[in-house]
Amino acid sequence: MVNMILNGLDISVEEGTTLLEAAKFYGIDIPTLCYDETLSPYGACRLCLVEVGEPGKAKLFSACTYPVREGLIVKTNTKRVIDARKMIIELYLASCPSSKKIQDLASEYGVTEVRFTPKNDECILCGLCVRVCEEQMQAKAIGFIDRGVNRYISTPFERQSEDCRLCGACMYICPVCQARCQGPREEETICNACLNISPPCLEKYDEAMCYMDPCVACELEKEPDE
Amino acid sequence: MAPLPVKFKTKEDFLSFKQRSIEQYEKNRCYLAVCGDTGCSVQGSKNLYDQLEIYLRKQGYTENVKLKCTGCLGLCENGPLVIVYPQEIFYQRVEPEDIEEIIEKTVIQGEIIERLLYSDPVSGEKYIYGRELPFYKSQLRNLLEANWKIDPGSIEDYIANGGYAALVNAVTEMDPGAVVEEIKKSQLRGRGGAGFYTWVKWEECRQQTGRKFIICNADEGDPGAFMDRSLMEGNPHSVLEGLIIGGYATGAQEGIVYIRAEYPSAVEKLKLAIDRAEDLGLVGENILGSDFNFQVYLSIGAGAFVCGETSALIASVDGRIGEPVQKPPRLVQNGYLGRPTVVNNVESLANVPLILRDGAQKYCRVGTEKSSGTKIFSLVGKVNNTGLVEVPLGITLREIIYDIGGGIKEGKQFKAVQTGGPSGGCIPASSLDLPTDFDQLSSAGSMIGSGGMIVMDDETCMVDIARYFLQFLADESCGCCFTCREGISRLLEIVKEISDGSAKPGQLELLKELAGVVKDSTMCGLGQTAPNPVLSTLRHFEEEYRAHIEQKHCPAGVCRELITYSIDQKLCNGCGLCLKNCPAGAVTGNKKEPHYILYDKCDKCGVCTTVCRAEAVIKQ
Amino acid sequence: MKKAIVLGFEVPRGPDGVSIVALLQAIQDKYNYLPEKLLRRAAREMEVPLIDVYSVAKFYKSFSLVPEGRHQIVTCTGTACHVRGSEKITEEISRTLGVKVNSTSPDGEYSLKCVNCVGACASAPLVIVDGEYHGNMTPLKAGKLFAQGAKGKTAVS
Repeated sequence: MVNMILNGLDISVEEGTTLLEAAKFYGIDIPTLCYDETLSPYGACRLCLVEVGEPGKAKLFSACTYPVREGLIVKTNTKRVIDARKMIIELYLASCPSSKKIQDLASEYGVTEVRFTPKNDECILCGLCVRVCEEQMQAKAIGFIDRGVNRYISTPFERQSEDCRLCGACMYICPVCQARCQGPREEETICNACLNISPPCLEKYDEAMCYMDPCVACELEKEPDE
Repeated sequence: MAPLPVKFKTKEDFLSFKQRSIEQYEKNRCYLAVCGDTGCSVQGSKNLYDQLEIYLRKQGYTENVKLKCTGCLGLCENGPLVIVYPQEIFYQRVEPEDIEEIIEKTVIQGEIIERLLYSDPVSGEKYIYGRELPFYKSQLRNLLEANWKIDPGSIEDYIANGGYAALVNAVTEMDPGAVVEEIKKSQLRGRGGAGFYTWVKWEECRQQTGRKFIICNADEGDPGAFMDRSLMEGNPHSVLEGLIIGGYATGAQEGIVYIRAEYPSAVEKLKLAIDRAEDLGLVGENILGSDFNFQVYLSIGAGAFVCGETSALIASVDGRIGEPVQKPPRLVQNGYLGRPTVVNNVESLANVPLILRDGAQKYCRVGTEKSSGTKIFSLVGKVNNTGLVEVPLGITLREIIYDIGGGIKEGKQFKAVQTGGPSGGCIPASSLDLPTDFDQLSSAGSMIGSGGMIVMDDETCMVDIARYFLQFLADESCGCCFTCREGISRLLEIVKEISDGSAKPGQLELLKELAGVVKDSTMCGLGQTAPNPVLSTLRHFEEEYRAHIEQKHCPAGVCRELITYSIDQKLCNGCGLCLKNCPAGAVTGNKKEPHYILYDKCDKCGVCTTVCRAEAVIKQ
Repeated sequence: MKKAIVLGFEVPRGPDGVSIVALLQAIQDKYNYLPEKLLRRAAREMEVPLIDVYSVAKFYKSFSLVPEGRHQIVTCTGTACHVRGSEKITEEISRTLGVKVNSTSPDGEYSLKCVNCVGACASAPLVIVDGEYHGNMTPLKAGKLFAQGAKGKTAVS
């Protein structure tokens, strides 16, 4: 067992666990986009950053790929971490405003403005589809092509792959494929409708509708023949 | 190449070979060192060498006058360079037409040819002997000196000049721990950029068991830096010797040299050096009769700056895309093929034989307390004497740029010097007296990095420089982590807006905030240091940024959207040269009448300014 | 140097055998590009998933999946070259020959590429034509160098 300090608490975890797994075990919430517990971690989305190291010398690392070690000092919610997370979410919003997951993250972390020119990327290159295809489906039909901003996901030679069994796992696992709700402010880059702890729908209903998946509050409002 | 004798089995075998090499070397005291480095060959030195060979053969001088096609001799600006030995007479800008005179007058009769001597651009004073030139006087060419004396293809030359003595001594007289101890005493710090203590890496690796690797990082991706290339082209054995000693010290039996594809000449020289070393048994099984085995492999890069990052480098050697991985676990625990691996820079390894040969104590006497030894810098840009300089660490930037570099070209004003490549920053005139020390340069917002030193004058726009580096890093980012890929792209977007005058107020603050987050949150060194050029230019040249944003003005006259070209109607004589040469067809006018520029067609390429003999083109 | 023969190519061996990158380099050297058929065979022969081979081919700048021109023109865009005006030179060449950067001219004669530093910084800016280095270039010199080429003559310099 490895002993370390997480958010001021002395904890003990098994060797070989990552900081993210350790935090989850102790009920500490760290946001992620490219992580799935059934797949190997990748560390690409940079949302799960935590502060590791002694005060004054600490650096930020992605928790999903950082192995626990004896004597580590880890903090998951320092100002430095939160500031980084907010800027990263702002960047995600500017890239991919049509994703429900990203809009929800924005509301959760209080990101209320987007100061970058919005694009409409359909992919955040989290790599979940590549990993599920390789690790769960054992097909390796898709992968990362090219580099930098030109990076995209595709099959060999951009054609139908013989290795692809059309299982749909890649679509299933994609965090961006789930479109945002067509609720209030749907045209704007940032919605923030669920920003308040008390969602607007609570004024009408007994239960906050947007915590249902999918949210149907606006559907219930419509007249039958609309 | 003549076949070499059988592999060395003992120290004595080496020593007798060394004796014979020295005797042969002494016999050839009269020789011409012709720089064959890529830098000089661009200026025609290859042809010069060939012509010299022909002439010597025709005149029957080949027995007494030797030719050595050497590596970089240093003063690249004034190539092709020829140094006449044994006197060490330094000739520059040599043309094939000068050959007969050089041989007949200087070599045979000892006469100096004035017009071929170096003349100081400011004082006009001429210098005969290489060491006297102001360029060389303030340098301490511990590593590069050998370039003047050896033929890089000749292992005999290298051994005659002291080469491989350190390796032989290490393997036959010292144990690995003692070798590491000597490197520790020398306080050698990595010359590739990070400045990490070499002995720490080596000792940690030495402690591991099982299969281990030592890799020489010869990727030299920093644009503007060519120190490693010149070391490999001019003295490949020095790097090889360092690598083998490193293998001995760490217990790694396999060494890999990862070299960039853009250095074909260095690849050839290294291949030859490895072959020659193998012939003599300095690489292979049971080196010098010990139980130390060492194999050397060459792995060639395929065009990716990110592969200079150690974990991406290893991925590339492994045949995968150059995607770095987060550390920990560190390479010394989980490196190439999951085994303990040490990665060292070319120049760091070249220092190793020097340290073991002369002793760590002597090595430490050069440099500062925390930065020992010499460092090779590639001094380029708007400076008079461009080339490779080797100086003791601790020397000030001012001494390098003015004493060695001869000051700013064309008498212009110094503006900044960029060090550390895309990971570094710009240092302004106010910090010219900063010593070149690992820690001092870092606290000034830059770093020594690999040694690239680009001098800029007042015609360089700092916003344009920031844009240039960001564009470079955007092209080279592997694209794996979001903050690097998207962060650099957004930083570039903002800087482009500033450069073309369309930036809104508040962009500077956003730029600083974003740069801070990218620096903090990215996985690898590329992304973490990507914001440095922006942050350092912002720190020292904020007014220049503000001029672009608030006044839509580029003080240096570089940013295209913010400058206009026009023709002074009073000075123009109507010669029509600008009209003829304008690639955009933006000049109009009748013969012998003043011409004028059509603003909406003008590409801001500046060709008109270069062809106009009346200096009638105005740039605002 | 340790070598191995793979698919008829002589490829250097590393500590772990032949790397796919080394094999692709040998193919690129011979054909001036990476033909799809050969890449598929390489994947089968080396027992590497096809997507990984394709990924490597598209990641590294020295590989090309389309045939490059008979003449390869490379401008260096390193810092020293940039400070001395390499951008304008690239533009001038692109304009004179009618080739966009990172592509080949329609008649298959020229490809134009930019490279991030060839290490000859003291002779900046550099243009390399078919492996021959030309230093201290200016947009005018570049224009003249290729003017013949644009007119259809086969010799570039």
